[in-house]
Amino acid sequence: MKGSPFEKKALDNINLEIAQGEFVALIGHTGSGKSTLVQHLNGLLKIDDGEITVAGMQTKGKDLKELRKTVGIVFQYPEHQLFEETVYKDIEFGLIRQGIEEKERHRKICETAAILEIDDEILYKSPYEISGGQKRRAAIAGILVLEPDILVLDEPAAGLDPSGTRELFDIVTTLYKEKNITVILVSHSMELVADYASRIIVMNEGKIHSDGKPAEIFLKGPEMVKIGLGVPEITTLMAELAKLYPDIRTDIFNVEDAVDEIVSRIRGRG
Amino acid sequence: MIRNITLGQYLPGESVMHRADPRTKLIITMLFMVILFIIDSIWALLAALLFVAAAYWIAKIPVKYAIKGIRPVLFIILFTVVINMFMTDGNTLVNLGFARITDQGLLRAATVSLRVFMLIASASVMTYTTTPIMLTDGIEKLLNPLKKIKFPVHEMAMMMTIALRFIPTLIDETDKIMKAQAARGADIGTGNLLERAKSFIPILIPLFVSSFRRADDLAIAMEARCYRGSKGRTSMRVLKYTKTDVAILLTFCIICAGILLIHYMI
Repeated sequence: MKGSPFEKKALDNINLEIAQGEFVALIGHTGSGKSTLVQHLNGLLKIDDGEITVAGMQTKGKDLKELRKTVGIVFQYPEHQLFEETVYKDIEFGLIRQGIEEKERHRKICETAAILEIDDEILYKSPYEISGGQKRRAAIAGILVLEPDILVLDEPAAGLDPSGTRELFDIVTTLYKEKNITVILVSHSMELVADYASRIIVMNEGKIHSDGKPAEIFLKGPEMVKIGLGVPEITTLMAELAKLYPDIRTDIFNVEDAVDEIVSRIRGRG
Repeated sequence: MIRNITLGQYLPGESVMHRADPRTKLIITMLFMVILFIIDSIWALLAALLFVAAAYWIAKIPVKYAIKGIRPVLFIILFTVVINMFMTDGNTLVNLGFARITDQGLLRAATVSLRVFMLIASASVMTYTTTPIMLTDGIEKLLNPLKKIKFPVHEMAMMMTIALRFIPTLIDETDKIMKAQAARGADIGTGNLLERAKSFIPILIPLFVSSFRRADDLAIAMEARCYRGSKGRTSMRVLKYTKTDVAILLTFCIICAGILLIHYMI
């Protein structure tokens, strides 16, 4: 709202380049501007100042159809966007908008449903009678079916139980590896992204706070805590251990690696 | 897109207008609207306009902001101007062949548009300076006598509070759903009339569903906190009628008398 008393800069001095085929996690505290940033990627929000180029296209342009085909955004609580009579029809919505013919649509829907493990039975149910986790998958299918080159997921795990979260992330990782797409994952949980992302961008108050490989980011533990983010608990544990045994590795962010490291240290000593 | 509607949004401030009792403001606004319909001489209307401008000035509402708020209804005002300008008989000033502009028509256009403009401006200045909660509190207190005839005043006020409270939430929700559907390739509000109407389905259905869900949740949350209607309910902010309010009301009455005097004298 420019010019009104409610004006506020949501993003400030963002200079960012994401290469094709990267798996980037965008992390930040609530209100740090991460959701705002991703909405610029397909022109849902227009920038007041500056320039954004996605796959060679300017987001300022008039014709956003091509851009929106390239960038698929899965919003927070995507199940709130379901509206059709059946899950099948809802997944079909975007395809119809793109003018793809019926046979092709059917093939793509079946393929996507298989990837997301949506049963045939569910495909022909109303999106309002299936469970929360199934709704989430149905809604994500509505985006995936469009086969975007760049997939943006805004808090995809919000409200899912731990096993649902794992499943979803595994699906995304498989897609990432098989189809060689770019994945941008928005989250506020370090723990979740640690295992998946190849690069982490930390946002704070509309600015990029830090940018680097997971290990580099997690080494800045205390700094992350200061801006309202935690590092994985296991990394904190390793940092504590390092106080007692100075030469222990601290760039560890999952339990398996930590176990290996500790066991090898104990063996090494024994 | 949808967030640009500022009409009637509360603007925090510290002016006399902000601190006045909501009942005072409600009474004044209603009386002023009645006056607007009584007077029809252009001079009396201009005097009333002066009063509205003074109210905005006292409330320290930025001019830019106020204009932005009026913009959505500008079309209605323009429409009345055009209709009145061409449809009234009188001495012809300009003859366009198919239509003519008369002196009476011009005058009528001016009075009617001024009236519509002030109706909106005066109602907005009240909502700009009063939080929705205060407003419903005021309405509840003003309607209290109706309780004697078993009119559910409290329930009405609660419904209004909830409705007002959820306007921004619904706007946010609409915005989100519009974006989500746009990301899937939906074109909202384009094409011919039928296509345009159809394009709202992907927005309206999710919006309806989430509204019902929200209403359900709210009802449960209210019951969990033992909400049982008006019986034995007290208010955290007790409205107090102060000397300032009496003074404001008196000043307003004098101004009204002045405006009416102009109306009957000229």
